[in-house]
Amino acid sequence: MLQLDVMLKNAEREILSATDMKKIEELKVQYLGKKGELTQVLRGMSALAPEDRPAAGKAANDAREKLNQLFSDAEKIISDKAVKERLYEERLDVTVPGRKQDIGHTHPLTQVIRKIENIFIGLGYQIAEGPEVESVHYNFDQLNAPDNHPSRDEQDTFYFDAEKLLRTQTSPVQARVMENNAPPIRIICPGRVYRADEVDATHSPIFHQIEALVVDKDITMGNLVATLKLFAKEMFGEETEVRLRPHYFPFTEPSAEVDVSCWVCKGKGCPVCKYEGFIEILGAGMVHPNVLRNCGIDPDIYSGFAFGLGVERTAMAVFGINDLRLFYENDARFLSQF
Amino acid sequence: MKAPISWLRDFVDIDEDIKRFCNLMTVTGTKVEGYNQAGAEISGVVTGKILTLRAHPNSDHLLIADVDVGDKVLQIVTGAPNVKIGQIIPIATDNSTLPKGVTIKKGKLRGELSEGMMCSIQELNLTKHDYPDACDDGIWVLKEDTPLGMDIKKYAGLDDCVVEFEITPNRQDCFSIKGIAREASAALDKPFKDKPIMLQEKGKGKADDYIKVGITATDLCSRYCAGIITDVIIEPSPDWMRSRLRNAGVRPVNNIVDITNYVLLECGQPMHAFDLEFIEGNTINVRRAADNEKIITLDEKERILDRSVVVISDAKKAVALGGIMGAMNSEITDNTKTVLFESAMFDSANIRISAKKLGMRSESSALFEKGLDANNALHAINRACELVELLNAGKVVKGVVDVHKHLPVPVRIKLDAKRINQLLGTDIPVADMKSVLVKLGMRIDKDDIIVPTFRPDITGCADIAEEVARFYGYNNIVPSLALGKSVTQGYRTHNQNVRKVIHDTLIACGLNETMTYSFISPKNLDKLGISEDSPMRDYLTIKNPLGEDFSVMRTTMIPSMLKVLAYNTNRSVKQGRFFEVSKTYHPAEILADEREVITVGLYGDCDFYDLKGIAENISESLGIKDVEYVADRENPVFHTGRCANILLDNLVIGTLGQIDYSVSEEFDAPEDSYILTMDVSPLYERATFTNTYMPIPRYPSSLRDLSIVVDRDVQSADIVKTVKKAVKGILENVTLFDIYTGGQIEEGSKSLSYSFTFRAKDRTLEDQEVNKAMDKIMNTLSREFDAKVR
Repeated sequence: MLQLDVMLKNAEREILSATDMKKIEELKVQYLGKKGELTQVLRGMSALAPEDRPAAGKAANDAREKLNQLFSDAEKIISDKAVKERLYEERLDVTVPGRKQDIGHTHPLTQVIRKIENIFIGLGYQIAEGPEVESVHYNFDQLNAPDNHPSRDEQDTFYFDAEKLLRTQTSPVQARVMENNAPPIRIICPGRVYRADEVDATHSPIFHQIEALVVDKDITMGNLVATLKLFAKEMFGEETEVRLRPHYFPFTEPSAEVDVSCWVCKGKGCPVCKYEGFIEILGAGMVHPNVLRNCGIDPDIYSGFAFGLGVERTAMAVFGINDLRLFYENDARFLSQF
Repeated sequence: MKAPISWLRDFVDIDEDIKRFCNLMTVTGTKVEGYNQAGAEISGVVTGKILTLRAHPNSDHLLIADVDVGDKVLQIVTGAPNVKIGQIIPIATDNSTLPKGVTIKKGKLRGELSEGMMCSIQELNLTKHDYPDACDDGIWVLKEDTPLGMDIKKYAGLDDCVVEFEITPNRQDCFSIKGIAREASAALDKPFKDKPIMLQEKGKGKADDYIKVGITATDLCSRYCAGIITDVIIEPSPDWMRSRLRNAGVRPVNNIVDITNYVLLECGQPMHAFDLEFIEGNTINVRRAADNEKIITLDEKERILDRSVVVISDAKKAVALGGIMGAMNSEITDNTKTVLFESAMFDSANIRISAKKLGMRSESSALFEKGLDANNALHAINRACELVELLNAGKVVKGVVDVHKHLPVPVRIKLDAKRINQLLGTDIPVADMKSVLVKLGMRIDKDDIIVPTFRPDITGCADIAEEVARFYGYNNIVPSLALGKSVTQGYRTHNQNVRKVIHDTLIACGLNETMTYSFISPKNLDKLGISEDSPMRDYLTIKNPLGEDFSVMRTTMIPSMLKVLAYNTNRSVKQGRFFEVSKTYHPAEILADEREVITVGLYGDCDFYDLKGIAENISESLGIKDVEYVADRENPVFHTGRCANILLDNLVIGTLGQIDYSVSEEFDAPEDSYILTMDVSPLYERATFTNTYMPIPRYPSSLRDLSIVVDRDVQSADIVKTVKKAVKGILENVTLFDIYTGGQIEEGSKSLSYSFTFRAKDRTLEDQEVNKAMDKIMNTLSREFDAKVR
């Protein structure tokens, strides 16, 4: 038995000093292999007296187990170390920028339009569309624009002939919807509109509007105020306040201009709101009875509200853009910021 | 509209703080754009009397004065040449401020104490227009009876606050002090003070002894009132009048002209004054001008007229452009003795058109354009006469020659309080409604409202509701989100969803969305090199474009996109990836045929197949699987060898390819410009968003690669089609993974390498089976395309 103890001691020393798997494999062969030292010891057992054999057998098995344990512990230590070394070797500079996919960018005007569309779809509105090449009838007459209203001038409106023009507002869509649909009507009309303005930082002959129209029984100005407040909060943030001022539009009566509290300074005054705390953002009002009547809806039964806003103006305010021309120059360095 | 507070106070008591006043006006609908005090920068300048004058011991041209400023006597050193003992003059005292940031402090001038400075009109930001008697290059000598120690701002009306209002086009009545005062009366809840006109009429005879008035152009002039002033003495008008005019933005001229301007501002009725001496035949006729009739207007310009313009003429000649401007031949001069005042009513549309045609918009025409109240004309002329008497400018002759047709009559509207509250969503008592309406100049007759003719904008219940709501306060209306009694569903229509999916797909493809103008120059079509009879040349032309560049509605998106590519490449943007979903416009029987088009533009590090991949992504995102691409060598816009038409159900729905080199050069776009255009409307019908799960295969696939050599003009699509037809059932997919032309193969040929995926649904395929299929494929290809294995 002394033989076994010596062998185990030697084996333990050698295993613990092994530093790689190759050495471990060699030692396995040396001790546990067919011609290994343990086998030799077991073979020597045949020379023992039969009564000594069980004890010797147990000692041999214990030694084998002990050896296995030593080998597996050593293997774990060596492999853990190898993994650790590999991980260390493979280390990276994580501050190097990532490899990005080119993702396209939605035009800021489309972003504003989509945001507004989504707000109103959630409130039960549908999106109505109409032609950009319009008739004088729908663009002006049906909307109660006075015959001598300056907006009808060639100075303000692009004409193809006496009857055909490029719409100056999205309101003709409202007229078309009212003519073709019975109340209840809840729509928003986004789209391109045209006015004969020379191009500069705040004017463009082409721009976008979004208008909303609700016609039903018992629609009140209180409904309009509530809708505007909800819209402003969704669009500009929960703390946004809304202020209405009386104004004039031919197709609404009463009419209002609507200011919202500045989303940058929350009404305290800053360069974005020109230190006024509020920013004028849209026009609104109760649909003029003449407009309802023109479109075949009885103003004695139904009432409605409408409001509209300039998409460019809103986008300029929201994104802090100071020159309207940027929207139509399509510089990739501009577009990819949004 | 600029309104001095002092002037408004003639009609309503305003004692609110200016900020509160402005806010009340704004929230009730008369928006304040700003306000300022003419003399805001001036402080500490008071009136003082020169008691003594003595020579300065150390200077030849300086004098030392003792000046009584009321509560004390100050010693002032001055160099002014016009000072005399006894004069009352403005003194800037110690620590006073003057315009342009000047501060005056006491100090020593050449050893002598000076406790302030004497001021000229210029130093107080005034001009000879304001004070014609003031000295040009010396101290401003004030009136003899001026109290001492008085703030000069009070003396000169520089303490008046001038408020600028934004007036909406429906409120022509508010382009006047009285109109704004009426609004203020309702906003401040104070009475409106309308003073009756008192006239002495000391002139000889009656007005119609002096002038006969006729209106020939009755369609263009509905009323003409003429008043006569005799024994006129032309002189500057008094300080208070000049100061009010100045504060309202009008330059003072002389008493008669100032009176006409004063009445225009106060009453909102344009007036004109003629020197009666130059009115020949004692006749005024309002008529249309003759074609090519000439007139020299007060701005000293000759105007050539035509029959559309209305003129005021005497027996022989035109003496004014009706409602726009007077003529030189009858203007008020320093020698004018008899004046004819005109207060008339012209057709608003005609004035607007004439003023524009003649390129001369005046204060007067700007007002007439808005459509005034003919009933106001008589009041205005009487007010002018009253001012003549107040200013002692002449003797008013009895009566006004007043020629008119029908005058507007007040409208009667039922006050339906219930309906008004219903519309507003309020509960306003009827008495409150009446109180507001009365302050605005309306009369109440039982349940009716009688609307004065200066408020033609009020025609129905909704208009009354607005008046009530304005003064109730829009912001006091209680919000309620319960819209009516019905529920509606909000959604995007199928077509709107298709467009959204297309947009989102193109964004996912890494493209930036652009927005381009809908109108272009027709020259762009020449630059594209398209034929004269191309349907693209059938476009809508704008009658009044901003210029040739914006003169026709685009019939193709390609020039718009090429310009985007050119714009970016010229700004050194190395790579362009753009798209737009927008419209082209084509003539149609009714309005126009507006077609939605997808346009994609690429340049820099890209090729035909990048573009085609995008086209394929679009159709796949819409669930459309059977799109075909057919080479088009005839399209003049595109590279003849790199252009394909996109076919859906045998219909060309789009085109894609590299832009022809000469075309891209014409547009200054890069050589490697790739453009895709695809019509949206055919996609609407075919797009489907239903999606059914395909089980993931349970058995493995077998892959085989094959490279063949064929003639260069053999189309890969045909090969794939043929292969799919030849081997059915187990051929799952065919993919082209390489195309090669060049040295290693015969000229005029190309090598195509395909990868074939075979799979059966119910078993693992045997090699033998796959080999058999590959043999069949090769045989078919060699038969049909003369293909050889490479």
